[in-house]
Amino acid sequence: MGSNAGGFDFDLCKRNAMLENKGMVLPKAWKTGTTIAGLIYKDGVVLGADTRSTSGNTVADKNCSKIHFIAPNIYACGAGTAADLEHVTDMVSGQIALHRYATGRQTRLITAMTMFKQHLFKYQGHVGAALVLGGYDLNGPHLFTIYPHGSTDSLPFATMGSGSVNAMAMFEAYYKDDMDRSEAMALVARAIRSGVMNDLGSGSNVDLCVISKDGADYLRNYEYLQAKTYTRQFPVKYPPGTATVLKQRVLSLKDVEVIEGAAEEMDVS
Amino acid sequence: MLPRPTTHSKALGPGVAGPELAVAISAVLDRPPKPVSHLPLSGAQPCAVDPAALCDPRQHTKYPYVTGTSVMAIKYKDGVLVGCDTLGAYGTTKRYKSTQRIYHVNSKCVVAAGGEISDFQYISNLLDELTTDDYRFDDGIELSPQEVHSYLCRVMYNRRNKFDPLWNSLVVGGVQGGQPFLGMVGMIGTHYTDSHVTTGFANQLARPLFRERQRDDMSEEDALQLMYDALKVCYYRDKVSINKFQIAKVTKDDGVSISEPFALDMRWDYKMFAQPTKWAVGAW
Repeated sequence: MGSNAGGFDFDLCKRNAMLENKGMVLPKAWKTGTTIAGLIYKDGVVLGADTRSTSGNTVADKNCSKIHFIAPNIYACGAGTAADLEHVTDMVSGQIALHRYATGRQTRLITAMTMFKQHLFKYQGHVGAALVLGGYDLNGPHLFTIYPHGSTDSLPFATMGSGSVNAMAMFEAYYKDDMDRSEAMALVARAIRSGVMNDLGSGSNVDLCVISKDGADYLRNYEYLQAKTYTRQFPVKYPPGTATVLKQRVLSLKDVEVIEGAAEEMDVS
Repeated sequence: MLPRPTTHSKALGPGVAGPELAVAISAVLDRPPKPVSHLPLSGAQPCAVDPAALCDPRQHTKYPYVTGTSVMAIKYKDGVLVGCDTLGAYGTTKRYKSTQRIYHVNSKCVVAAGGEISDFQYISNLLDELTTDDYRFDDGIELSPQEVHSYLCRVMYNRRNKFDPLWNSLVVGGVQGGQPFLGMVGMIGTHYTDSHVTTGFANQLARPLFRERQRDDMSEEDALQLMYDALKVCYYRDKVSINKFQIAKVTKDDGVSISEPFALDMRWDYKMFAQPTKWAVGAW
């Protein structure tokens, strides 16, 4: 390792370059080949997402969380490069919090949407973040899609990600105006399930987030689609008698002296 | 605006150009337009060898010109339903709005195609020759759907081997031995049989609906309703399609009937479509 003088240590850059010259392939950035969806119902918005994060053809995270917190009344589902999504949503969430303290009011969805689109347009699509932004503010429920180049759409139902076409098939077939909460949750779960079952980039479980004027309900792992048939319990509890006792010896601690105080350093000279 | 080729990032979903197109350099702008319609979904490049490089004076199929879009088919209790629209598109122009993309082979079998219409007409000719031979034998024996499926699979694969494919995704549907039969053959010879088959855009749009709702013992009303839903969704989300469909029904009792072209009711009047930028003034 390099010296401890502080600052950045670039010792490994030369070694990495040498390894690449010898043919090493660097691991690919984690992407969330994804199905995300959002739906406006009578009293609010339901957002849904799968939970698979992929790195090339490997599943990197079986149960990642793709519904990101922006404000207590605003959540964003993200598809695209995982790092870009985490950072962009964190950044906007922080800016929104400062904005909330400065104005003293509940955040509006268009504020968050404008912050996202201006940031993404500035980077001309190099920030690989495709979002479904949903929430409930003083003007009612809203749902926006935001593309990596900075364009936005305002829609009653929206899907993004590699499984978006599969999920959109469900929405186009079964959406109707003024659904109630349970119908909306069932339809979004159905759309995400369609993405999970029919797209290789999406998988594992379904997360839902229901946002209405009473606040947000983040239903993590609402449905387990590929649950293990047997899961171990932690901590493992073995009933007494599981291990056969061969010998027993009881020591009385009455004659042992207990010294209170700081431990002495071990003499290693 | 200069024409720009779009790429499709697998992580971000369809229709989203990746970051490499953000910078307008000549290497990007002068790229020759890649025909993306109806390339095989496997990602394989069927004409990877340029015949000109082999000093071969013959022309080989490189791009499709007049194309049909998706075909979808399901088995149900009495037989099979095969549905598609009637559009022959010239690129993105809706050029021929009354093409019948379903070919009636014999009283037990139909073949429907997406992809290059001229190649489909050639395939129809081949099947017509086989049917005419059967007729001349005059022994009452007709080609079964499974035989048609095998034959088409060999034809497609052999053409692919000569680097001159017939640019089609074919669906073979029929009834044999009292049992419904459905098969698909792709342009490179990929083939399978199943209770529901889809080609083109319907792979992603109609297949989830079929997987949820199709049962081999469905009634005819349920099957028709499922087919209408699938055709509707494909029309909503496929740019190169029209609201004019035909459904072919093959049953063990009544043989083949190809319906007259019909239109389906579409919903464009959801409340939230009315003023999308009401709360996002300046956006779209």
